[in-house]
Amino acid sequence: MRFVRQVLIVAAKDLRAEMRTKEALNASLAFALMILLLFSFAFEPTQDTMRDISGGLLWIAFAFAGTLTLNRSFARELPNDCLDGLIAAPIPGSALFLGKCFASFVLVLAVELVSLPVFGIFYNVHWTVQLPELLLVLLLGTWALTVIGTIFSALTVNIKLREVMLPMLTYPILIPALISAMQLTKDLVNGTPIGADNMDWLKMLIGFDIIFTAVSLALVETVLVG
Amino acid sequence: MNAVAVEGVWKYYGDYPALRDVRMEAAAGQCLALIGRNGAGKTTLLRIIAGFSAAQRGKIKIWGKEPREAETRRQMGFLGHGISVYDELSALENLVLFGKLYGLPDPRKSALEWLERTGLERVRNGLVREFSRGMRQRLAVARAFLHDPTVLLLDEPFTALDDRAIAVLQRLLREALAAGKTIVMSTHQLREALELASHVALLSRGQLAFHGERTAEMVEDPGYVYARYGEGA
Repeated sequence: MRFVRQVLIVAAKDLRAEMRTKEALNASLAFALMILLLFSFAFEPTQDTMRDISGGLLWIAFAFAGTLTLNRSFARELPNDCLDGLIAAPIPGSALFLGKCFASFVLVLAVELVSLPVFGIFYNVHWTVQLPELLLVLLLGTWALTVIGTIFSALTVNIKLREVMLPMLTYPILIPALISAMQLTKDLVNGTPIGADNMDWLKMLIGFDIIFTAVSLALVETVLVG
Repeated sequence: MNAVAVEGVWKYYGDYPALRDVRMEAAAGQCLALIGRNGAGKTTLLRIIAGFSAAQRGKIKIWGKEPREAETRRQMGFLGHGISVYDELSALENLVLFGKLYGLPDPRKSALEWLERTGLERVRNGLVREFSRGMRQRLAVARAFLHDPTVLLLDEPFTALDDRAIAVLQRLLREALAAGKTIVMSTHQLREALELASHVALLSRGQLAFHGERTAEMVEDPGYVYARYGEGA
């Protein structure tokens, strides 16, 4: 119970600080919408084209925009050496990590939920056809993005080129999760529900989330303190 | 049992040994002034004692326990170069946040009490980013003392403080010593530090050059320790 409270304290702190400045949220949202807008000029929004690229396009926008939010996750602690204050506090590194994950998860998910209707309008896609399942894929894919992004945000927080390093480190590792999310999203926006044909992608996405959450929780104390 | 025990600590940055087999201790109620030239390893040692960084060899014990144990961290207060409070939050929100993280029974009450003790009660709802430097430093002092730690680790505590913040900090440190708390502080401001210190440790190029009781000569002539035990002595 104490662990959950510590996680929520850290998450609430991050969300409150972000809501005061909206630095990451505004940048991330603007970037996601810009990608969707630019791609809408590049592709003819015919049914066939959209059937093929919808999932990939959406998750590329989410992954790029999400990195902006995730970069801020630990970078937010740099001014005034706030990370020292958190590390000094009697909370486990795993609670700190999960708190930051939840805060970033909420922010990235908010950007995605705003982007989805825009995606539907720009590309003439009926994205609400399988809405509950699409939301499940969004949640799982966003958690994968958030967990990997947050642990690498912690790892690169003291590097000068962290804005460059974070995507370089996260995207290669995210490939299995992104492919799964792209395939499932493509099927769902085209009206194909999750079934025997695409269940393996869902299993891979769930497996990715479980494995990398566990690995990150095991490593975060070492990442933070060395 | 010593409040702080440093047992043969080595720390390398690449191939460079920042700390070499440092051994020292501070008993309950002692104030240890950690002095040395720039780059001697003072901040590195304090960060290892605080559990922010791991030693390559050797051990740190705080009341006989590892610094990264939650119970140990509850006993420690750290005041470093940064103020470790959030610009986007108000003074009260910052202290309540840390009060919650330290598991205080009534974080808001403790926060208000410390805002009053540091003279910040009138600006408690102001955002830290709007504070003057002196106010930010007093808030940092309040954060470090908020959870009533038994071991205080202070890295250059008097540097860049305004007169009021120095007075607040000196008063709080004297009260802490009177209450039997242990203080380890690194400093270049020898006069202020040696007035408070009961013991002195001199670091020179990562090695402990002197560790012992503060003497009258040290107070009379703050350069005495360097002249007697420092490089070229």
